[in-house]
Amino acid sequence: MGAEAAKLIGAGLATSGMIGAGVGLGSLFGNYLQAAIRNPSAAASQQPMLFLGMALTETMGLFAFVVSLLILFVF
Amino acid sequence: MAEQPAIDPMHQFLVQKIWQGPVFEIGGITFDMSITNSVASMIAGAVILMAFFALTARGQIVPNRGQAFAEAIYGIVDKLLVSSIIGPAGRPYIPYLFTLFLVILVLNLMGVVLAIGNLAGLSLTFTVTSQLAVTATLAVLTFFSVLILGFIKHGPKFLSLFWVPGMGVAGGIAMVPIEMISFFVRPMTLAMRLFGNMLGGHVVLSLFGSFVVALGIVGLSGGLASLAFVPAALSFTMIVGLTGLELVVAILQAFVFTALATVYLNEVVNFGHGH
Repeated sequence: MGAEAAKLIGAGLATSGMIGAGVGLGSLFGNYLQAAIRNPSAAASQQPMLFLGMALTETMGLFAFVVSLLILFVF
Repeated sequence: MAEQPAIDPMHQFLVQKIWQGPVFEIGGITFDMSITNSVASMIAGAVILMAFFALTARGQIVPNRGQAFAEAIYGIVDKLLVSSIIGPAGRPYIPYLFTLFLVILVLNLMGVVLAIGNLAGLSLTFTVTSQLAVTATLAVLTFFSVLILGFIKHGPKFLSLFWVPGMGVAGGIAMVPIEMISFFVRPMTLAMRLFGNMLGGHVVLSLFGSFVVALGIVGLSGGLASLAFVPAALSFTMIVGLTGLELVVAILQAFVFTALATVYLNEVVNFGHGH
């Protein structure tokens, strides 16, 4: 297996870190919706918190994305 | 296959010179004053922002349409972020946060709205916020503002930020390096988030755009190959949908960047209580 092929496979594997971000985002929005349906009057006030949590969770997926880009274009 | 257009989604992020300016050297550092597509986009963004201010900053008691629009945007930063996260003590920092929000919003939206020009083969458009150098500058600016403000307001006591109360002496000492890492990684995550979101979205848009062109060329050869128009049309539908999604992401990322800057400022302004 050539170095180029190993690089491409590695970049592909690096994106599997996004699995965690996907699970996290799912649980985040799922729980928010559950809480919002139970108490719709309190839902709007917690929206900034929802987006903050989304941003922090999403960062983990973006780290995986950046690592994969680094493998592809830097090495 | 050689005459097919190459699929190169990263091409749109290349910084290219539009106008060659003077190159001079001061103290061993070379300054190149050329106008690149990045610089041109930033100037366009600045012009849009200044025009926005000139047209909407009126201060009438009964606002006209422009002023109402501007006040609605100001309300996002003021009511939704600063007042609800920091409280009344955060009012002096609204100008910085509002500027940050508007700059990121305008540069993000320019990237998405004008990206339609990229699909048409014009390389006039450029997403400034998809450059790590730009997002890192904004993030480092925010980080050091918070850090310096913390030391000005609280002096050496500010270092107790790294001390987690209620864990005992041994637990507290063990938590210091972890807290320090989570503090100093902040500018990196701020920069990466904006950069990654913008880059990722535009790569996906560009990929679907190249699918339309590549499959359309296959379909043009006639016969059974014209079936390729079906996935080409599907890809085009995807572009329409994804552009809408990118618009949401552009606004959301500007909001998220400002919200995190507000949260970091909150630790400094409301230092000691609620930490």
